[in-house]
Amino acid sequence: MIAHSVFFYIFSLIAIVSAVMVTVSKNTVHSVFFLILDFISISCLFIMIGAEFLGMIMLIVYVGAVAVLFLFVVMMLNVAEQKGQWFSSRWDGGTHIPVGLLVSLIIFFELIIVIGGWKYKPDLLNSLSINISTEVTNTRSIGNVLYTDYIFLFQISGMILLVAMIGAIVLTYRERAGVKRQSYVKQISRERDDGVDLVEAERNKGVKIDA
Amino acid sequence: MLSIGLGHYLTLAAIIFTIGVVGIFLNRKNVIVILMSIELILLAVNINLVAFSIFINDLSGQIFTLFILTVAAAEAAIGLAIIVVYFRNSDTIRVEEIKNLKG
Repeated sequence: MIAHSVFFYIFSLIAIVSAVMVTVSKNTVHSVFFLILDFISISCLFIMIGAEFLGMIMLIVYVGAVAVLFLFVVMMLNVAEQKGQWFSSRWDGGTHIPVGLLVSLIIFFELIIVIGGWKYKPDLLNSLSINISTEVTNTRSIGNVLYTDYIFLFQISGMILLVAMIGAIVLTYRERAGVKRQSYVKQISRERDDGVDLVEAERNKGVKIDA
Repeated sequence: MLSIGLGHYLTLAAIIFTIGVVGIFLNRKNVIVILMSIELILLAVNINLVAFSIFINDLSGQIFTLFILTVAAAEAAIGLAIIVVYFRNSDTIRVEEIKNLKG
Protein backbone atom coordinates (compact mmCIF):
# COMPACT_ATOMS: atom_id res chain seq x y z
CA MET A 1 0.00 0.00 0.00
CA ILE A 2 2.78 2.38 0.94
CA ALA A 3 4.76 1.40 -2.12
CA HIS A 4 1.70 2.11 -4.23
CA SER A 5 1.29 5.62 -2.87
CA VAL A 6 5.03 6.34 -3.07
CA PHE A 7 5.04 5.33 -6.73
CA PHE A 8 1.88 7.32 -7.36
CA TYR A 9 3.50 10.47 -5.99
CA ILE A 10 6.74 9.88 -7.90
CA PHE A 11 5.01 9.31 -11.22
CA SER A 12 2.54 12.15 -10.82
CA LEU A 13 5.33 14.52 -9.82
CA ILE A 14 7.27 13.55 -12.93
CA ALA A 15 4.11 13.96 -15.00
CA ILE A 16 3.35 17.44 -13.66
CA VAL A 17 6.92 18.70 -13.94
CA SER A 18 7.27 17.41 -17.48
CA ALA A 19 3.89 18.90 -18.43
CA VAL A 20 5.16 22.28 -17.23
CA MET A 21 8.36 21.78 -19.15
CA VAL A 22 6.40 20.97 -22.32
CA THR A 23 4.93 24.44 -22.28
CA VAL A 24 7.91 26.47 -21.08
CA SER A 25 10.81 24.87 -22.95
CA LYS A 26 12.53 27.22 -25.33
CA ASN A 27 13.55 24.41 -27.61
CA THR A 28 10.64 22.64 -29.26
CA VAL A 29 12.55 19.37 -29.50
CA HIS A 30 12.90 19.43 -25.71
CA SER A 31 9.15 20.03 -25.49
CA VAL A 32 8.51 16.88 -27.49
CA PHE A 33 10.85 14.88 -25.27
CA PHE A 34 9.10 16.13 -22.14
CA LEU A 35 5.78 15.21 -23.76
CA ILE A 36 7.12 11.67 -24.22
CA LEU A 37 8.20 11.60 -20.55
CA ASP A 38 4.74 12.78 -19.55
CA PHE A 39 3.05 10.04 -21.53
CA ILE A 40 5.38 7.40 -20.11
CA SER A 41 4.73 8.40 -16.50
CA ILE A 42 0.98 8.56 -17.05
CA SER A 43 1.00 5.13 -18.65
CA CYS A 44 2.93 3.86 -15.63
CA LEU A 45 0.10 5.23 -13.50
CA PHE A 46 -2.44 3.44 -15.70
CA ILE A 47 -0.58 0.16 -15.34
CA MET A 48 -0.36 0.67 -11.57
CA ILE A 49 -4.05 1.37 -11.21
CA GLY A 50 -4.99 -1.77 -13.13
CA ALA A 51 -5.63 -0.62 -16.68
CA GLU A 52 -2.70 -2.43 -18.23
CA PHE A 53 -4.03 -2.51 -21.76
CA LEU A 54 -4.56 1.24 -21.89
CA GLY A 55 -1.15 1.87 -20.39
CA MET A 56 0.52 -0.22 -23.03
CA ILE A 57 -1.60 1.30 -25.82
CA MET A 58 -0.64 4.72 -24.50
CA LEU A 59 3.03 3.78 -24.82
CA ILE A 60 2.62 2.33 -28.29
CA VAL A 61 0.28 4.90 -29.80
CA TYR A 62 1.46 8.09 -28.12
CA VAL A 63 5.15 7.52 -27.55
CA GLY A 64 5.62 5.31 -30.58
CA ALA A 65 3.53 7.18 -33.10
CA VAL A 66 2.20 10.59 -32.10
CA ALA A 67 5.29 11.89 -30.31
CA VAL A 68 7.55 10.65 -33.08
CA LEU A 69 5.27 12.40 -35.56
CA PHE A 70 5.65 15.61 -33.57
CA LEU A 71 9.41 15.16 -33.46
CA PHE A 72 9.51 14.53 -37.19
CA VAL A 73 7.52 17.67 -37.98
CA VAL A 74 9.59 19.82 -35.60
CA MET A 75 12.81 18.66 -37.17
CA MET A 76 11.47 18.88 -40.73
CA LEU A 77 10.23 22.44 -40.30
CA ASN A 78 13.47 23.58 -38.67
CA VAL A 79 11.71 25.62 -36.02
CA ALA A 80 13.32 23.96 -33.05
CA GLU A 81 15.14 26.96 -31.61
CA GLN A 82 12.82 29.73 -30.52
CA LYS A 83 14.15 33.19 -30.16
CA GLY A 84 13.15 35.10 -27.06
CA GLN A 85 10.83 34.03 -24.30
CA TRP A 86 8.11 31.54 -25.06
CA PHE A 87 5.36 33.86 -23.80
CA SER A 88 6.64 37.21 -25.01
CA SER A 89 4.57 38.93 -27.60
CA ARG A 90 5.45 41.59 -30.10
CA TRP A 91 1.95 42.91 -30.65
CA ASP A 92 0.02 43.41 -27.45
CA GLY A 93 2.94 44.08 -25.10
CA GLY A 94 2.26 41.02 -22.95
CA THR A 95 -1.25 41.78 -21.77
CA HIS A 96 -2.26 38.21 -22.59
CA ILE A 97 -0.10 36.87 -19.76
CA PRO A 98 -2.14 38.05 -16.75
CA VAL A 99 -5.41 37.38 -18.56
CA GLY A 100 -4.35 33.86 -19.50
CA LEU A 101 -3.07 33.10 -16.01
CA LEU A 102 -6.29 34.45 -14.47
CA VAL A 103 -8.52 32.34 -16.72
CA SER A 104 -6.39 29.26 -16.08
CA LEU A 105 -6.50 29.79 -12.32
CA ILE A 106 -10.29 30.15 -12.48
CA ILE A 107 -10.55 26.92 -14.45
CA PHE A 108 -8.27 25.16 -11.96
CA PHE A 109 -10.23 26.30 -8.93
CA GLU A 110 -13.50 25.32 -10.59
CA LEU A 111 -12.09 21.85 -11.17
CA ILE A 112 -10.88 21.64 -7.56
CA ILE A 113 -14.29 22.72 -6.28
CA VAL A 114 -15.94 20.05 -8.42
CA ILE A 115 -13.49 17.42 -7.18
CA GLY A 116 -14.15 18.41 -3.58
CA GLY A 117 -17.91 18.53 -3.81
CA TRP A 118 -19.20 15.84 -6.14
CA LYS A 119 -20.82 12.57 -5.09
CA TYR A 120 -22.12 9.48 -6.81
CA LYS A 121 -25.74 9.31 -7.80
CA PRO A 122 -27.71 7.10 -5.41
CA ASP A 123 -28.45 4.15 -7.69
CA LEU A 124 -25.09 4.15 -9.42
CA LEU A 125 -24.27 0.54 -8.68
CA ASN A 126 -27.47 -0.63 -10.36
CA SER A 127 -26.88 1.39 -13.50
CA LEU A 128 -23.39 0.10 -14.24
CA SER A 129 -23.27 -1.78 -17.47
CA ILE A 130 -19.99 -3.67 -17.69
CA ASN A 131 -18.43 -4.80 -14.47
CA ILE A 132 -14.72 -5.42 -14.33
CA SER A 133 -14.18 -9.09 -13.74
CA THR A 134 -11.25 -10.16 -11.62
CA GLU A 135 -11.01 -13.54 -13.26
CA VAL A 136 -9.87 -12.52 -16.74
CA THR A 137 -7.14 -10.08 -17.66
CA ASN A 138 -7.79 -6.46 -18.46
CA THR A 139 -6.97 -6.91 -22.13
CA ARG A 140 -9.30 -9.87 -22.47
CA SER A 141 -12.21 -8.13 -20.79
CA ILE A 142 -11.79 -5.06 -23.01
CA GLY A 143 -11.70 -7.30 -26.06
CA ASN A 144 -14.82 -9.10 -24.92
CA VAL A 145 -16.90 -5.92 -25.02
CA LEU A 146 -15.03 -3.97 -27.69
CA TYR A 147 -15.80 -6.44 -30.45
CA THR A 148 -19.36 -7.14 -29.36
CA ASP A 149 -21.16 -4.26 -27.69
CA TYR A 150 -19.01 -1.50 -29.15
CA ILE A 151 -18.42 -2.96 -32.59
CA PHE A 152 -20.02 -0.05 -34.44
CA LEU A 153 -18.02 2.53 -32.51
CA PHE A 154 -14.94 0.44 -33.21
CA GLN A 155 -15.65 0.47 -36.94
CA ILE A 156 -16.38 4.19 -36.90
CA SER A 157 -13.07 4.89 -35.17
CA GLY A 158 -11.38 2.89 -37.92
CA MET A 159 -13.13 5.11 -40.46
CA ILE A 160 -11.94 8.20 -38.58
CA LEU A 161 -8.37 6.98 -38.80
CA LEU A 162 -8.78 6.27 -42.51
CA VAL A 163 -10.20 9.74 -43.15
CA ALA A 164 -7.37 11.30 -41.14
CA MET A 165 -4.80 9.37 -43.13
CA ILE A 166 -6.29 10.37 -46.47
CA GLY A 167 -6.69 13.95 -45.27
CA ALA A 168 -3.08 14.22 -44.15
CA ILE A 169 -1.85 12.85 -47.47
CA VAL A 170 -4.12 15.12 -49.51
CA LEU A 171 -3.12 18.17 -47.46
CA THR A 172 0.61 17.68 -47.76
CA TYR A 173 0.70 16.32 -51.30
CA ARG A 174 2.53 18.59 -53.69
CA GLU A 175 2.64 18.23 -57.46
CA ARG A 176 6.13 19.00 -58.68
CA ALA A 177 6.73 20.25 -62.20
CA GLY A 178 9.43 18.64 -64.30
CA VAL A 179 9.49 15.29 -62.58
CA LYS A 180 9.17 12.28 -64.86
CA ARG A 181 6.77 9.72 -63.53
CA GLN A 182 4.77 6.77 -64.67
CA SER A 183 1.34 7.29 -66.16
CA TYR A 184 -0.57 4.19 -65.19
CA VAL A 185 -3.59 5.14 -67.27
CA LYS A 186 -1.53 5.47 -70.40
CA GLN A 187 0.29 2.23 -69.71
CA ILE A 188 -2.83 0.21 -69.04
CA SER A 189 -4.91 1.64 -71.85
CA ARG A 190 -2.29 0.87 -74.48
CA GLU A 191 -3.77 -1.33 -77.21
CA ARG A 192 -2.12 -3.86 -79.48
CA ASP A 193 -2.59 -1.69 -82.54
CA ASP A 194 -0.60 1.17 -80.97
CA GLY A 195 2.52 -0.89 -80.57
CA VAL A 196 2.48 -3.56 -83.27
CA ASP A 197 2.58 -2.85 -86.97
CA LEU A 198 2.23 -5.64 -89.48
CA VAL A 199 4.19 -4.93 -92.63
CA GLU A 200 4.31 -6.89 -95.83
CA ALA A 201 8.04 -7.31 -96.44
CA GLU A 202 9.13 -7.54 -100.05
CA ARG A 203 11.88 -9.90 -101.15
CA ASN A 204 15.42 -8.54 -101.14
CA LYS A 205 14.31 -5.07 -100.12
CA GLY A 206 13.67 -5.29 -96.46
CA VAL A 207 11.50 -3.03 -94.46
CA LYS A 208 12.13 0.60 -93.77
CA ILE A 209 11.49 1.45 -90.17
CA ASP A 210 10.69 5.03 -89.41
CA ALA A 211 11.90 5.61 -85.93
CA MET B 1 -2.49 10.89 2.38
CA LEU B 2 -1.02 7.43 2.14
CA SER B 3 -3.90 5.57 0.56
CA ILE B 4 -4.41 6.72 -2.98
CA GLY B 5 -8.04 7.33 -3.81
CA LEU B 6 -10.07 8.67 -6.66
CA GLY B 7 -9.48 12.25 -5.55
CA HIS B 8 -5.74 11.96 -6.05
CA TYR B 9 -6.17 10.95 -9.66
CA LEU B 10 -8.77 13.63 -10.28
CA THR B 11 -6.47 16.27 -8.80
CA LEU B 12 -3.58 15.11 -10.95
CA ALA B 13 -5.85 15.29 -14.02
CA ALA B 14 -7.01 18.79 -13.03
CA ILE B 15 -3.41 19.98 -12.67
CA ILE B 16 -2.36 18.58 -16.04
CA PHE B 17 -5.50 19.99 -17.68
CA THR B 18 -4.73 23.44 -16.28
CA ILE B 19 -1.13 23.24 -17.47
CA GLY B 20 -2.43 22.44 -20.94
CA VAL B 21 -4.80 25.41 -20.85
CA VAL B 22 -1.99 27.70 -19.68
CA GLY B 23 0.14 26.44 -22.56
CA ILE B 24 -2.57 27.31 -25.06
CA PHE B 25 -3.18 30.75 -23.56
CA LEU B 26 0.35 31.93 -23.06
CA ASN B 27 2.29 30.43 -25.93
CA ARG B 28 3.03 33.00 -28.59
CA LYS B 29 5.88 31.32 -30.38
CA ASN B 30 5.00 28.01 -31.84
CA VAL B 31 1.82 26.33 -33.04
CA ILE B 32 3.30 22.88 -32.49
CA VAL B 33 3.54 23.55 -28.76
CA ILE B 34 -0.15 24.46 -28.80
CA LEU B 35 -0.91 21.09 -30.39
CA MET B 36 1.14 19.45 -27.64
CA SER B 37 -0.90 21.33 -25.04
CA ILE B 38 -4.05 19.91 -26.61
CA GLU B 39 -2.52 16.46 -26.25
CA LEU B 40 -1.91 17.22 -22.56
CA ILE B 41 -5.56 18.19 -22.12
CA LEU B 42 -6.72 14.97 -23.77
CA LEU B 43 -4.33 13.08 -21.50
CA ALA B 44 -5.95 14.66 -18.45
CA VAL B 45 -9.38 13.62 -19.71
CA ASN B 46 -8.08 10.09 -20.17
CA ILE B 47 -6.78 10.03 -16.60
CA ASN B 48 -10.23 11.02 -15.35
CA LEU B 49 -11.98 8.36 -17.38
CA VAL B 50 -9.60 5.57 -16.39
CA ALA B 51 -9.65 6.54 -12.70
CA PHE B 52 -13.45 6.55 -12.59
CA SER B 53 -13.56 3.30 -14.52
CA ILE B 54 -11.32 1.56 -12.01
CA PHE B 55 -12.86 3.04 -8.88
CA ILE B 56 -16.50 2.34 -9.74
CA ASN B 57 -15.63 -0.99 -11.31
CA ASP B 58 -17.09 -0.36 -14.75
CA LEU B 59 -15.21 -1.04 -17.94
CA SER B 60 -16.95 1.57 -20.12
CA GLY B 61 -14.53 4.32 -19.15
CA GLN B 62 -11.58 2.39 -20.50
CA ILE B 63 -13.39 1.72 -23.78
CA PHE B 64 -14.12 5.42 -24.12
CA THR B 65 -10.46 6.18 -23.40
CA LEU B 66 -9.55 3.91 -26.28
CA PHE B 67 -11.77 5.91 -28.64
CA ILE B 68 -10.37 9.19 -27.32
CA LEU B 69 -6.89 7.87 -28.08
CA THR B 70 -8.00 7.12 -31.63
CA VAL B 71 -9.47 10.54 -32.20
CA ALA B 72 -6.45 12.23 -30.61
CA ALA B 73 -4.10 10.42 -32.95
CA ALA B 74 -6.19 11.42 -35.97
CA GLU B 75 -6.34 15.01 -34.74
CA ALA B 76 -2.59 15.18 -34.24
CA ALA B 77 -1.96 13.84 -37.74
CA ILE B 78 -4.33 16.33 -39.38
CA GLY B 79 -3.08 19.24 -37.27
CA LEU B 80 0.53 18.55 -38.10
CA ALA B 81 -0.34 18.23 -41.79
CA ILE B 82 -2.03 21.62 -41.68
CA ILE B 83 1.03 23.10 -39.94
CA VAL B 84 3.34 21.66 -42.60
CA VAL B 85 1.22 23.15 -45.38
CA TYR B 86 1.04 26.51 -43.60
CA PHE B 87 4.80 26.55 -43.09
CA ARG B 88 5.31 25.79 -46.77
CA ASN B 89 3.08 28.66 -47.79
CA SER B 90 4.13 31.40 -45.40
CA ASP B 91 7.51 30.28 -44.01
CA THR B 92 6.56 30.72 -40.37
CA ILE B 93 4.45 29.04 -37.72
CA ARG B 94 4.88 31.67 -35.04
CA VAL B 95 1.53 32.21 -33.41
CA GLU B 96 1.74 35.98 -33.46
CA GLU B 97 2.44 36.04 -37.20
CA ILE B 98 -0.64 33.97 -38.01
CA LYS B 99 -3.31 36.61 -38.29
CA ASN B 100 -4.90 36.05 -41.66
CA LEU B 101 -8.13 35.01 -40.00
CA LYS B 102 -8.63 38.13 -37.90
CA GLY B 103 -12.28 38.93 -37.73
